[in-house]
Amino acid sequence: MNKLQKRIAQSQSEWQTLQSPAAACIYLGMASCGRAAGSEGVKETILAELKKHRISARLIEVGCIGPCYMEPLMDITAHGTPRISYANVTPAKAKLIIEKHLVKGEPVRQLAVGHFGMEPVDGIPYFFDQPMLKNQVRVVLRNCGIIDPENIGHYLARDGYRGLEKALALTPDQVIEEIARSGLRGRGGAGFPTGKKWQICRNAGGDAKYLICNADEGDPGAFMNRSLLEGDPHAVLEGMLIAGYAIGASRGYIYIRAEYPLAIQRLKTAIAQMKESGLLGERILGSKFSFAVRIKEGAGAFVCGEETALIQSIAGKRGMPRTKPPFPAIAGLFGMPTVINNVETLGTVPHVLRNGSTWYKQFGVEGNYGTKTFSLVGKVRRTGLIEVPLGTSLKNIIYDIGGGLQKAFKAVQTGGPSGGCLPEELLDTPITYETLAAVGSIMGSGGLIVMDHDTCVVDVARYFLDFIQKESCGKCTSCRVGTRHMVDILDKICLGEGEVEDLDRLESLARTVKTTSLCGLGQTAPNPVFTTLRYFRSEYVEHVVNKYCPALVCRSLIEYYVIPNKCTGCQRCVGVCPTGAISGPRSEPHNLDAAKCIKCRACLEICRFDAIAGNAIAIRTREEG
Amino acid sequence: MESGISSMAGILKEFPVEPGSLIPILQKSQKEFGFISPQVVERIAAFLKMTENEIYGVASFYSQFRFIPKGRHTITVCLGTACHVRGGAILLEALERHLEIKTGECTPDRRFDLDAVACLGCCALAPVVKIDNNIYGNMAVIKIKELLEKYE
Repeated sequence: MNKLQKRIAQSQSEWQTLQSPAAACIYLGMASCGRAAGSEGVKETILAELKKHRISARLIEVGCIGPCYMEPLMDITAHGTPRISYANVTPAKAKLIIEKHLVKGEPVRQLAVGHFGMEPVDGIPYFFDQPMLKNQVRVVLRNCGIIDPENIGHYLARDGYRGLEKALALTPDQVIEEIARSGLRGRGGAGFPTGKKWQICRNAGGDAKYLICNADEGDPGAFMNRSLLEGDPHAVLEGMLIAGYAIGASRGYIYIRAEYPLAIQRLKTAIAQMKESGLLGERILGSKFSFAVRIKEGAGAFVCGEETALIQSIAGKRGMPRTKPPFPAIAGLFGMPTVINNVETLGTVPHVLRNGSTWYKQFGVEGNYGTKTFSLVGKVRRTGLIEVPLGTSLKNIIYDIGGGLQKAFKAVQTGGPSGGCLPEELLDTPITYETLAAVGSIMGSGGLIVMDHDTCVVDVARYFLDFIQKESCGKCTSCRVGTRHMVDILDKICLGEGEVEDLDRLESLARTVKTTSLCGLGQTAPNPVFTTLRYFRSEYVEHVVNKYCPALVCRSLIEYYVIPNKCTGCQRCVGVCPTGAISGPRSEPHNLDAAKCIKCRACLEICRFDAIAGNAIAIRTREEG
Repeated sequence: MESGISSMAGILKEFPVEPGSLIPILQKSQKEFGFISPQVVERIAAFLKMTENEIYGVASFYSQFRFIPKGRHTITVCLGTACHVRGGAILLEALERHLEIKTGECTPDRRFDLDAVACLGCCALAPVVKIDNNIYGNMAVIKIKELLEKYE
């Protein structure tokens, strides 16, 4: 233990120095989301400016702190002020911030969004007091965006691997008991009690046991696991060690999507650092426990998030699910007892061990203890990754944390393609595994997609079914063929060719697929159709009876047109139209030929963003003939 | 393909002869050559003592593997839920039109190939397009032309 204790002491003093307001330090959000928002360009500017001003400030690349709508985020500690965060930083803003804050020691108040200090900073709020953050509880995300994910020292300085230390001082059964007492349930979506899963595997016989971390985050519209792995990979790895110790496994696999290259790289770096520090390999921290971790990259198959399919994939086969039982905890990878836990579940484990199950149970509600992360996206004002206690209502999340919508609320989709679209009347629903199931949706891994009246629920149902249809492994006829027919019917409705009878056909097919599919993918595939038919039937009726898409989304039912008294005849739209559908002399209202228009949206975008008039092109219901 | 096949030997050397090696070998081969050619499949089959059919069976199950050559730059359009509601499919269509190819194909000059992906996990910045390893958030149809000019 001595070696680690020494390392911790050293890390803590390094971390303290970094926090001390005297040190000049820049933190830049460089998770995938930060990069997509342009943090690479900001980084170049920062490096150039530091060189120009000859300042020796450290630049630390951090993960995502959550409010993606603020990316790129750049924090500065310098000249006696605590860490101050700047949002939506562009290269030009970065230049200004460095000149003022770093060189002259004057924080740029107009651009600052929050500080991380203990003391109040004049005119700048505490970072976590912002509306998006103050209603959250950060347990599993506590390090994301705060520490350098590629520096094990930062993790150690913030109590990292203390959960493992505690676990190794207990017997495996005591560890399982503690997890069971905490009430932690599988965060991948099904909500199976984690402690119970571990116990079943521990009790199962067998020469070898395996632990698999399921990082095959395939739900479109969800990125909780990516953010955690990119922002705090050691937390997940520590959880794996604790789980491995508890169930008696000496080998662990991380099955991760190949679409997450940065997360894979961060994991590889973390694993190398663990080996150096004696946290992986033989006799970890001087105990009798030995553990090795391997990364297995997924190859792009949604169904591999299903446990038995995932096991097939690791073994080099087509990822097709098999019947259960036997459950993987009894006979899993290579026929051996195997526990498969989601990234977030494992990322939570160290905190439960370190702080105790009683501490963890203070969050959440009876039967649904603890916190859960969600990716809050779609038409809310404040998008990003959030963490809230279970039992929080959808309304709290969308309005208090997400800041509401710009237009009127229509639906929220929970649980990814297997989940459902819930209407406004259900916004007071507290989020628990059971309440969401009761209204026809599921918790799922935690995607929350907010939709306003510009979103067509029939189109959304078609989108999810189309996704599932393509991802169906093909083993069960009802899933393979049934979803195909469901997509065909939905296509027909979106094209304006639907009949009233189609709605009943859709519902009956959905029931068949649900009841006769083997795995979770098929059984839950009809959920988007069930919920939209249940809560938004009138919108289907509009499509089939009146050939009308209220959201003006279904392209066969709409047309683009020019509003003559708004159009200034600037010709920008004429230039971008790929089919020559728009014509008209300069300075006179243009003419849009609906017969030539392919509804590619280019004119609408250019009018909104670049044209002199703005908003002179609009969409309306297609006129007959 | 001559040099390709000789480096194939280098790839195979790194893996034990067991079924679990198949997907990592396919991934490594695709990284090296850009796609899975019939010759590559032949070599893997001999190495793992499997039939070519078995290998095609596995490779075609996973959307990551492609059987035609890649372009110099790979464009990936995200069709995740958040991107869908913000017009991801319209972007993909615009790219198909602009490049005059279909999704999954490569331009005749080998400059670009075009693919769709279920989700890149940058949902808060939807719609998102990825070119090689660069992710572009808040994309729009009218930004396409200028964006593609950055890639030769």
